[in-house]
Amino acid sequence: IYLSFSRKHEVDTLTKVHNRLIGTKGEARPSRCPDNSAFKQQKLPAWKPQLTIAAVLSCFFLTGVFCLSVGVCLIMSANSVREIQIDYSDKCSDCSKLRENSSNWNKECHCSINFMLKEDILGDVFMYYGLQNFYQNHRRYVISRSDAQLLGRNIQKSYCAPFTTYRNGTPMAPCGAIANSMFNDTIDLFYNLNSSVIQVPLLKTGNSWWTDKNVKFRNPKSYNLSSAFAGTARPPYWQKPVYLLDEEDERNNGYVNDDFIVWMRVSAFATFRNLYRRVRRIRQFADGLPAGNYTFHISYNFPVTKFKGRKHVILSTMVWSGGSNPFLGIAYVVSGTAATLTGFVITVIHLKGHQNTDLHFKNYDLIESLD
Amino acid sequence: MIWKKHFFKETCCRCGAPDTEIQNEELETRGKVKKRKKKNENKRVIISNLPFGSKKRKENPNIYYDSNKIKTTKYTILTFLPKNIYEQFHRFANVYFVVIALLNFVPVVNAFQPEVSVIPICVIMAITAIKDAWEDFRRYKLDKEINHMGCYIYSREERAYVEKCWKDVRVGDFVQLQCNETIPADILLLYSSDQNGICHLETANLDGETNLKQRQVVMGFSSQNTLFEPEFFRNTIICEMPNNDLNKFKGYMEQPNHERIGFNIESLLLRGCTIRNTEAAIGIVIYAGHETKAMLNNNGPRYKRSKIERRMNTDIFLCVGLLLVMCLVGAVGHGIWTGNFSEYPPYDVPDENGNFLSPVLAGFYMFLTMIILLQVLIPISLYVSIELVKLGQVFLIHNDIDLYDEEADLPIQCRALNITEDLGQIQYIFSDKTGTLTENKMVFRRCTVDGIEFSHQENARRLETHKELDLDDEDFAKLQHFTLPPMNIETPATYKQRTVRPLRRCQSARAHFQGHTRNRSLGRRDSNQSQVAFSSAIEKDVTPDSRLLRRVREAAFQAENLSPFMHTKTSTSFTDFFLALAICNTVLVSTATEPRQRVTVPPPIKPSGITLEKIHQIFQRLKLASLSQSFSSSQSSSDLGASFSAKSTEEHLAVLDCCDNGDNCCSRGDELQGKGSTDIGSASLDEVFKSVTNSSLPTDFCYEAESPDEAALVYAAQAYSFTLVSRTPEQVTVRLPQGTLLTFDILYTLGFDSVRKRMSVVVRHPLTKAIVVYTKGADSVIMDLLEDSSKAEISAEKRMKRIKEKTQKHLDYYARDGLRTLCIAKKVLNEDDFQKWANFRREAEAAIDNRDELLMETAQHLETKLTLLGATGIEDRLQDGVPDTIAALREAGIKIWVLTGDKQETAVNIAYSCKLLNQRDTVFTINTENKETCESLLNLTLEEVKKNYEVEKPWRRFFGIIPTSFSASEAPSPEFGLVIDGQTLNVIFQGGLEEKFLALTKHCRSVLCCRSTPLQKSMVVKLIRRQLKVMTLSIGDGANDVSMIQAADVGIGISGQEGMQAVMASDFAISRFKHLKKLLLVHGHWCYARLAKMVIYFFYKNVSYVNLLFWYQFFCGFSGSTMIDYWQMIFFNLFFTSMPPLLFGILDKDVSAETLLGLPELYKNGQNSEIYKLSTFIITMLDAFYQSLICFFVPYLTYKDSNIDVFSFGNPINTISLLTILLHQALEMKTWTLFHLVTMIGSVVFYFVFSLIYNAACVVCNPPTNPYWVMEKQLSDPIFYLLCLITPVIALLPRFFIFALRGTFGTSLILKAQQIDKLPKGQQDHEIQKLRSRKQTTSGAPVASPTSHAVSHEDTENQGLSASEVNPLRKETPEEGYYFFNKWAEEEPTATDSSAGPFSGHYLLVPSRVTTPGQDGGKLSKDNANSFNQGSHRRSVSAVTL
Repeated sequence: IYLSFSRKHEVDTLTKVHNRLIGTKGEARPSRCPDNSAFKQQKLPAWKPQLTIAAVLSCFFLTGVFCLSVGVCLIMSANSVREIQIDYSDKCSDCSKLRENSSNWNKECHCSINFMLKEDILGDVFMYYGLQNFYQNHRRYVISRSDAQLLGRNIQKSYCAPFTTYRNGTPMAPCGAIANSMFNDTIDLFYNLNSSVIQVPLLKTGNSWWTDKNVKFRNPKSYNLSSAFAGTARPPYWQKPVYLLDEEDERNNGYVNDDFIVWMRVSAFATFRNLYRRVRRIRQFADGLPAGNYTFHISYNFPVTKFKGRKHVILSTMVWSGGSNPFLGIAYVVSGTAATLTGFVITVIHLKGHQNTDLHFKNYDLIESLD
Repeated sequence: MIWKKHFFKETCCRCGAPDTEIQNEELETRGKVKKRKKKNENKRVIISNLPFGSKKRKENPNIYYDSNKIKTTKYTILTFLPKNIYEQFHRFANVYFVVIALLNFVPVVNAFQPEVSVIPICVIMAITAIKDAWEDFRRYKLDKEINHMGCYIYSREERAYVEKCWKDVRVGDFVQLQCNETIPADILLLYSSDQNGICHLETANLDGETNLKQRQVVMGFSSQNTLFEPEFFRNTIICEMPNNDLNKFKGYMEQPNHERIGFNIESLLLRGCTIRNTEAAIGIVIYAGHETKAMLNNNGPRYKRSKIERRMNTDIFLCVGLLLVMCLVGAVGHGIWTGNFSEYPPYDVPDENGNFLSPVLAGFYMFLTMIILLQVLIPISLYVSIELVKLGQVFLIHNDIDLYDEEADLPIQCRALNITEDLGQIQYIFSDKTGTLTENKMVFRRCTVDGIEFSHQENARRLETHKELDLDDEDFAKLQHFTLPPMNIETPATYKQRTVRPLRRCQSARAHFQGHTRNRSLGRRDSNQSQVAFSSAIEKDVTPDSRLLRRVREAAFQAENLSPFMHTKTSTSFTDFFLALAICNTVLVSTATEPRQRVTVPPPIKPSGITLEKIHQIFQRLKLASLSQSFSSSQSSSDLGASFSAKSTEEHLAVLDCCDNGDNCCSRGDELQGKGSTDIGSASLDEVFKSVTNSSLPTDFCYEAESPDEAALVYAAQAYSFTLVSRTPEQVTVRLPQGTLLTFDILYTLGFDSVRKRMSVVVRHPLTKAIVVYTKGADSVIMDLLEDSSKAEISAEKRMKRIKEKTQKHLDYYARDGLRTLCIAKKVLNEDDFQKWANFRREAEAAIDNRDELLMETAQHLETKLTLLGATGIEDRLQDGVPDTIAALREAGIKIWVLTGDKQETAVNIAYSCKLLNQRDTVFTINTENKETCESLLNLTLEEVKKNYEVEKPWRRFFGIIPTSFSASEAPSPEFGLVIDGQTLNVIFQGGLEEKFLALTKHCRSVLCCRSTPLQKSMVVKLIRRQLKVMTLSIGDGANDVSMIQAADVGIGISGQEGMQAVMASDFAISRFKHLKKLLLVHGHWCYARLAKMVIYFFYKNVSYVNLLFWYQFFCGFSGSTMIDYWQMIFFNLFFTSMPPLLFGILDKDVSAETLLGLPELYKNGQNSEIYKLSTFIITMLDAFYQSLICFFVPYLTYKDSNIDVFSFGNPINTISLLTILLHQALEMKTWTLFHLVTMIGSVVFYFVFSLIYNAACVVCNPPTNPYWVMEKQLSDPIFYLLCLITPVIALLPRFFIFALRGTFGTSLILKAQQIDKLPKGQQDHEIQKLRSRKQTTSGAPVASPTSHAVSHEDTENQGLSASEVNPLRKETPEEGYYFFNKWAEEEPTATDSSAGPFSGHYLLVPSRVTTPGQDGGKLSKDNANSFNQGSHRRSVSAVTL
């Protein structure tokens, strides 16, 4: 952009000399007069928003009304959600003690928790397990995985350390801290109907994102799963290898196991829930869970006491606006109220101030409103 | 070479003469040149290249000098990368980011994938590198173009001049230059086709001066008649080392026989100049390429740091502090969090060996990690953005058509690219006077000869009409209508004619006025009249004063009747006066018909010349009578006729000219005479114009002068028929009123310099053969050099004294009228004296070492005992729109100082006429040479000012707060002006009185520093800038303003008539002073507002974005996790949110240009840094914190306890903050054009498109983070939309609320201006007027009260003397000089001379020596000077002496 002045002159002279040589008149030299274009003269047609009283007030009131109405809708829909949350981390005190000692990893521990539904839970019912104080979002934890491996590829380099290989060189499948610390309780729900116990049919699959299940997670290609994972070992905390996660369903085994996929989607907060099962709506559960007594049968494998964590099991329905969290609705209502109130305040100030200020401003407003 | 060496050795032995030292040294250097050493060598030795053929090339000492190939590029293709990177690392920010990027490679502390974290800094540096490369490439192309220009170099093989490229020119080559060729290198002129050995140059490329310069073949070198033979050139040239002084060059040439020939700058052809009027010139190359003076003068662009940038840097340090605090929080938090666990939880991942860190160490590492994580808190893109924005701003300023000067075909030039916003913060303007405030077009106005004043009324009237004619075509027609009719009874025929003709009239008028626009490059237009080389018609046409004209004619007539040129005392001074005007200068003559054909040979006197002359004289006498008649009649009958007499005289002159060529001119002359006396009024203006242009052309001379004063004087002489006909270095020819051509031999010309302040020519009178010295110079100097009257006879002495006194009186009067004064004096030398002096002079000229001092001494020796002839007053007209501009700038709160080298009276007058001082202002003048006096004076005035100021203050403040209510009855209090001269400034600087001076000036509306040197100018600027910590701007046009321009924060050069030095030193170059108004008030305001808002916005943007990450740390155990994918973070800053602020920074307009110009008060906004100061910064930071809190916690609370995953949580946050940040920008924008809308929407769309593609494109391409399908999933979730709606609303609600309050109830001027902008056109002006009038009354500026309080000098003087009684300070301040206090007040004008000028409220604190030069020495004043008293301040002329 920059050209020092005398050099510019030098060039000018050159052109002048040139012109003289080829016999053209000096007029051929273009004038240095800038273009008189709207852009260069900074006169582009422009809209200049002006915060006039009319604009401001309408803005505030419209926002207020809109937010209030949306907020009321949201709160109402959030209130329609039915949710039951049961903390079972201490309910099975034996188990939690047992699990504190990691040497007991292969000892099974079961416990059952009874609860009563006072009224039906209608619609789709989702079963979650919830963890508290489990920092899945810890930086080193979050990156301790290998997406390439989970796609069924061989990996050279990963962030899985120190959960990449065993000392003897056997690679872990899947590698990394996330996979290693996978939630491995099994929870079953039983409906106690007239002293007969009916197992509530639960769906194991379809709980993860479709893209995860079908794109992001792939088993290594081989004629069967066990051969695909040959030469690898289970992660240290696991009780069984990855190809035995779901022996009943080939399409829910290995890396594409839904529970595994759900776990691998690391949670944003230390207190979170993950979708575990969905109630299959057949027979008496066609409309959801009927009121009555229920029992959770839990095989307690996942230790939480050593990090002061807690475990929950949650039954909940869903609405269009998500779960039972009413916050968004409240936020809308509050901000709507605030906007409306502000509108009123401005109106009051305006009316009061109007009497004091001279006619000058009235003129502006009149003109503005005319516009 | 070998024989040469021997030869020199021998000579060395032979001459053990006094000057062998130089020779030895020179021989030494000679010997050493071969070894490529340069041991404190300060001489350059050049010999011809020809003896060294291609074989012996290595032996040539010249090969060690630079070749003529120029290379202004910084880089080559190979060195570009390392060099550019190295240069970029000079910027602290770059180093910071690179260090952080490197830190990321340390595994324990890394926050991101190391490879990715390098990207931002790479992008930033790449953008800068591309910019640099592009600039460099342009330079390269230019270099190439210049290097490949052709020129003729002598070749030994071909024994002829062969064409070669410029880059092949080497030191020692012989170059042949032809007419109109540009000179390729610095060349010593050895031959010119001109018979006098002169070569003409146009140096416009170098210094902008368009007049031709003469260069002389090295004196005494070779005979000019024979063609120069390079082959036989055996001389050695010894000259100084390359330096950048364009006006100095010296050296000598040693011939094989050891004779030395000195030469100086007069023989050097400088690179870049153009040869004119010379068929061919041959010279040897002395300096080539980068060693040429032109190139050494060519400094690159200047780097200045603007105020905003300085402010910004401190804020960046605040940001660094904030960053450290945040990192510390993170580190401590992580340490505590880690220490909380008795056992390692499963999510705390050990390092590769399975070891865990201790909490303290983990905390420390986390500190570093956090620095990496939060690095963006220091806005990485800010520097690059600012650079880009400033480029855009410069582009727009450069393209402003209002700042384009049609005459010069020059738009504004922005030489400094990075201080555009400083234009909006100027508090002090320091202006030069001549050429800056004034046009530097000199017009002869008055003269005094022999103690008789000639007022040149007609000329004054002519100038007025000129001024009016300049206005417009419409006005022109109106004017014509207005001026013409009363004089003549119009016949129906002429009436009809007039009605038919308006179109043609306009054209002809146009043509005429085009003629007096200054034409820079000749030959560009082909109409004859436009080829006036230097002066405009205003300057050219001088209407002679009829009284003086008569006297001149009489004198000439007398002289004729008596024996020729036996001068009597009375008659001769008139003749001498005009002769001096015509001769005593360095004006060159060329004819108008053949541009640039210099008249160097007097027109041959025809054989019949004598008879012709006789006829001519008869005619002359005849005409003289009628002429004077016609003048008196026209004068008496009507003033209007006289106003056109300029033209008629012009015609007469033309007639005179024709008479040289033929006899039949008498009749024509009569015709014209008749016209002049009676018809002139009836003749329509265009006819007159036409006849003038037609008739005067053939013999019209063009005068090319170095300074416009000179030309003005020559034109004045011409008006009295003393026409300068030709000039050569040896001779000057003048045509006398009688028509005789007198050719004077010029013996010496002692050029003008600023130390002597005068110039002289020594000529031999062709008829009397007497040697006459004509001197012309500043009155202060000349008056001291006048002949000591004691030696002369008593009567003559008395007469001389009387003339001197009278002349002085006239001079004072001229100065007060704002005229530039020059004294003309002469001296007759007898032959012996002259010879003595001439010898002395020759010695001085031959001297090498302290030649300058010697030359000065000789000049001073000659210029003594002069006889005063008279004095002239030249007007330097104010530029267009200067008062208006100054008033506007003043209203904008800018203090304007004028720093000039001119005389006090002139400066004060110009100050009044350009509204710098108001008639009602109180003006203090401080002139003293003594420290004590100066101190007490400063104290005194300060007290006085403060007294007034305190009275003013209360109600001022009152109005400052409530501008709506005021009472008009309040009397406007006077403002103060201060006039100070260079000597006093010196005293102030040396005596440590700066603080008092500053305290005083703070209260003064304007300050004038007169008679100040360039150094003092820059010292004043520096003083103000450093002590008051204000933004300063200097504006000037001449070389003497360069230091001042460089000292100020913003330097503005006016590309006027005084060359290019000021422009070269400036940051911005404009062509007219009035452009300053729009430049500051509009562009300055805009640039400041834009950039300040943009910088603030950048801080806000980065803080609010980075804080999102910080808040997340509280929920992830301070582990340095991010919920946003790193790529998206990078893109967020680099692309998604970068365009709108850039566009905002370039295009936003808070107030329209018209309103800004209408309400200069709006400028104060930038002056007080209202947009970007610490408080606004802190508020913005707080707002950023609030907004980031909202942007984080609304999504957090919404997704709390849900099964949201990290990136699904980060995605809405990212989106929300994008929307918030863009909407925030939208709130700030005052102007929405299509561009704004497109970039705004484009940014959002680009964000979504990019995110969608990026989230869908690859599953594992960016391990370990993997935001696969997150965006798509979110877009199918209604919560996402609900969040995106509500969060920006909550985040921006407070800001919007405040904006709304301000917008509806605010009373700030900017808002009012914005409201005004919205009004329809007519109403706008009305409102502006309303606001302005309100402002004006509040600021206490008097509206109008033209009461004249004229106090002439004489009066103050007398009263001052008479009042010399009580003096309490007598002992304390024994000092030369006495002081007046004349208070502006309700007194009747006491002036005897009613036209004495507007010296109403003028405190004069002047030493008597300056004001009363007419008195007998300084004795009387010395007595008076010892008294000092404080006068009563309510008296109008309270003169107090000490």
